[in-house]
Amino acid sequence: MNAPTLDRRGFLKMSAVAGGGLVLGFYLNSATRLLGAEIVNASAPGADTFSPNALLRITPDGVVTIISKQPDMGQGTKTSLPMIIAEELDVPWSEVVIEQGDLNPKYGGQSAGGSTSTPNNYNEFHRVGATARTMLVQAAALTWGVPAGDCAADGGAVHHQASGRTLKYGELVAKAATLPVPHGDAVKLKDPKDYKLLGTRIMGVDVPKIVTGQPLFGIDVTRPGMLHAVYVKCPVFAGKVVSANVDEIKRLPGIRDAFVVEGTQNLFGLLPGVAIVGDSTWSTFSARKQLKVTWDEGKTANQSWDNFVAQARAKAKEPGEHVVRRDGDVAAAFGSAAKTVEAEYLYPFISHTNLEPQNCTAHFHDGIMEVWAPTQNPGSGADIISRQLNLPKDKIVLHITRSGGGFGRRLFSEPVIEAATIAQRVQVPVKLTWSREDDMQHDLYRPGGLHFLKGAVDERGRVTAWKNNFFTFGHGGRPGSGGWLGGDEFPGRWVPNYVLETTTFDTGWPMGPWRAPGSCVFAWVIQSFIDELANAAGRDPYQFRLDLLGDRDEFPGEGPRHAGEYNVARARNVLKLAAEKSGWGQKHFPKGQGAGIAFHYSHRGYFAEVAEVTVSKDGQLKVDRVVAACDIGAQVVNLSGAENQVEGSIVDGLGTLMFQELNIERGRTVQSNFSEYPMIRMPDAPTRIETHFLKTDYPTTGLGEPALPPLGPAVCNAIFAATGKRVRQMPLSRTDLRWS
Amino acid sequence: MKYTLTVNGQSHSVDAAPDTPMLWVLRDHLNLVGTKYGCGIGQCGACTIHLNGVPTRACLTPVSTVGRMAVTTIEGLDPNGAHPIQEAWRELDVPQCGYCQAGQIMTAAALLKNNPQPSDDDIDGAMAGNLCRCATYLRIRAGIKRAAEIGSHSLKEAAK
Repeated sequence: MNAPTLDRRGFLKMSAVAGGGLVLGFYLNSATRLLGAEIVNASAPGADTFSPNALLRITPDGVVTIISKQPDMGQGTKTSLPMIIAEELDVPWSEVVIEQGDLNPKYGGQSAGGSTSTPNNYNEFHRVGATARTMLVQAAALTWGVPAGDCAADGGAVHHQASGRTLKYGELVAKAATLPVPHGDAVKLKDPKDYKLLGTRIMGVDVPKIVTGQPLFGIDVTRPGMLHAVYVKCPVFAGKVVSANVDEIKRLPGIRDAFVVEGTQNLFGLLPGVAIVGDSTWSTFSARKQLKVTWDEGKTANQSWDNFVAQARAKAKEPGEHVVRRDGDVAAAFGSAAKTVEAEYLYPFISHTNLEPQNCTAHFHDGIMEVWAPTQNPGSGADIISRQLNLPKDKIVLHITRSGGGFGRRLFSEPVIEAATIAQRVQVPVKLTWSREDDMQHDLYRPGGLHFLKGAVDERGRVTAWKNNFFTFGHGGRPGSGGWLGGDEFPGRWVPNYVLETTTFDTGWPMGPWRAPGSCVFAWVIQSFIDELANAAGRDPYQFRLDLLGDRDEFPGEGPRHAGEYNVARARNVLKLAAEKSGWGQKHFPKGQGAGIAFHYSHRGYFAEVAEVTVSKDGQLKVDRVVAACDIGAQVVNLSGAENQVEGSIVDGLGTLMFQELNIERGRTVQSNFSEYPMIRMPDAPTRIETHFLKTDYPTTGLGEPALPPLGPAVCNAIFAATGKRVRQMPLSRTDLRWS
Repeated sequence: MKYTLTVNGQSHSVDAAPDTPMLWVLRDHLNLVGTKYGCGIGQCGACTIHLNGVPTRACLTPVSTVGRMAVTTIEGLDPNGAHPIQEAWRELDVPQCGYCQAGQIMTAAALLKNNPQPSDDDIDGAMAGNLCRCATYLRIRAGIKRAAEIGSHSLKEAAK
């Protein structure tokens, strides 16, 4: 484990104490990633507001406050990351108070995306807790005049076994704060076998507020004198405002202002639109019904999904624009194959549909832009305000609220710059709320795609050739987020004769990362087609996969970021665990029932899943059981949150497979609300999900995403086993599953 | 227009346009923000409240139609936040993001009131109108069953 080195100076500071206790604080320094301690006056007015610099505060009354520096949008890091500090500090969880931190450079990275919050903070959070514990033990030892080695921390106190003396942390804070910060080997992390908290089930820290309806989310923010706003954009992405009846709108009841914003052509920034500001959300929602805008739709209005699909099919047999990988001689291998299989796989654009629509509250006062944002990426909000409104970063204050879902959508900050732009004009607090229709029609979508595949197996049932002609979507020749398929993606490197070609359709459509970008669709294509090859070879789909993975233990990565590194042994082991726990091959299924298996490596996690399904004669799917085998390294942090993430990813993956489809016609999104864009509901959720974590010696990694990708192919492979029908298009409603 | 509403047992005077949905009256006028906006067309269930005990979509309920009906929101479901559904939700750590959960809880509470020991099919049927984007459906199912246990236990205690 790479622990950060500690600065000897330790950022130790003493401030004047005016008749009160001391606060011991530790924080991570963003520039150097150093640990330090600060002493602040706990009794001084506003002492609590000192917290932006600290991840950990202990006051003389024994209250331990841990700052959650990452945003929480349901992935659970507001609970799980502080648990790491509390574990090393050896303080009972019931005595810990968690505070959400604002955006502050002293915290280091605060973006929550790519399942990185846990791996990026895991080791340092251990050090934060352990450093504080070490100092408290030293403080007790000094107080008693005994060796620190004879003292031990436990349950929020330090004990001297020999004499039976005990001092609580609150009683030690004053002395601990005067000590130099220990570093290197002087700070010992706990042995994992002594963990009391990590690996147990801990309720999310916001759950008591959630179940009683207390304000938590961005949309719940209220400020004194606050107005409400909507921001109406062109239905065609990035269309410009030619004219709008803003003078009429201003005269409507409850409306304070209406104005045109020229905006930019940045799909992730401030797009052109019309702002309407009023006394309540409803007054602005009502007023927009009277809004009449003449738009300049631009050339994006010529672009439709159906046309791109037709173009891809017309070009399917031609060489792709770009050869991503070419190994061996595919043509020769096809010529000498025992069996070949050809198939087209297609998935549509889809939306994030955060249940909390995009929103942001902003107040421009005293030269400062203060915003409250439900965001996964608070830094992107400050960046765009600074750039677009020409404000220095130190004039931007960004409060991170809880987010009602993220899934990648809130990595981008268009609502933040829209709200800030409106706030700069109205000069009072203003809450911008996107309607559901705004949210669905101005998302940053997961790109759709088409894969034209051909594969070959030899007489012994081994995969000898694999060709994928992939059509994706992007801007200026570059695929959108999640639209780039790399040459290292399995089974590239495994199959001796392999070609991956890509053609990117240029669009003016907004695209962004959607939970497990790329992986959420590529795993479905690849693991489904592997099943087709297994079937062509007449082999068991599980054994076929094990054989394809082969005997080697890893493919080493290349370059500074170890791109392409693949631990084959970990993939094999989760596959074996999923097979074992599901009883693969030991069950007999009647026609209409069956099991499917798939695995995928993404976001540093290795996952295999087995799905058991029933397909009725009239083609209705029910997923009876899903068994998930998960390798996220050495330590599950919060078992309750971890299982919840795996289950949620599985049901989300199923919902995507079954229902989600967004159509873009003439440069605009056709669907506008859940009535036209169905989402999975309780009756379609699997009856049972079993989650198994395979503990390994590898670093602990995140869980927001990697359980999702294998679900789609596992279900489709099970549908094939049950009915003989191969699903090659998402969503499932496009395939007739009736059988007799 | 001025309206007098009874919300969580308290009388409130509200000045709002007649077509203003109760969702926005609660959120913007009464600062009861536990009732959530998700779709505005009765598709997601995030805004579920009780009108005279009946689960109702606040986004489709104009303030002019409420009259003297008793309005109950998530904030008023139980004075101590100790309704069996709330207890079960904490015990099983049901939420992820939590945005839909007020609506889930209000729907589930109404289900248990009419059907204290619901079957799986009863639960699926009653809850099908409430979307959970984080897809915590399995925990919601389990939470309702656990709440039914807690509820029957407290009924027995009350009978003693």
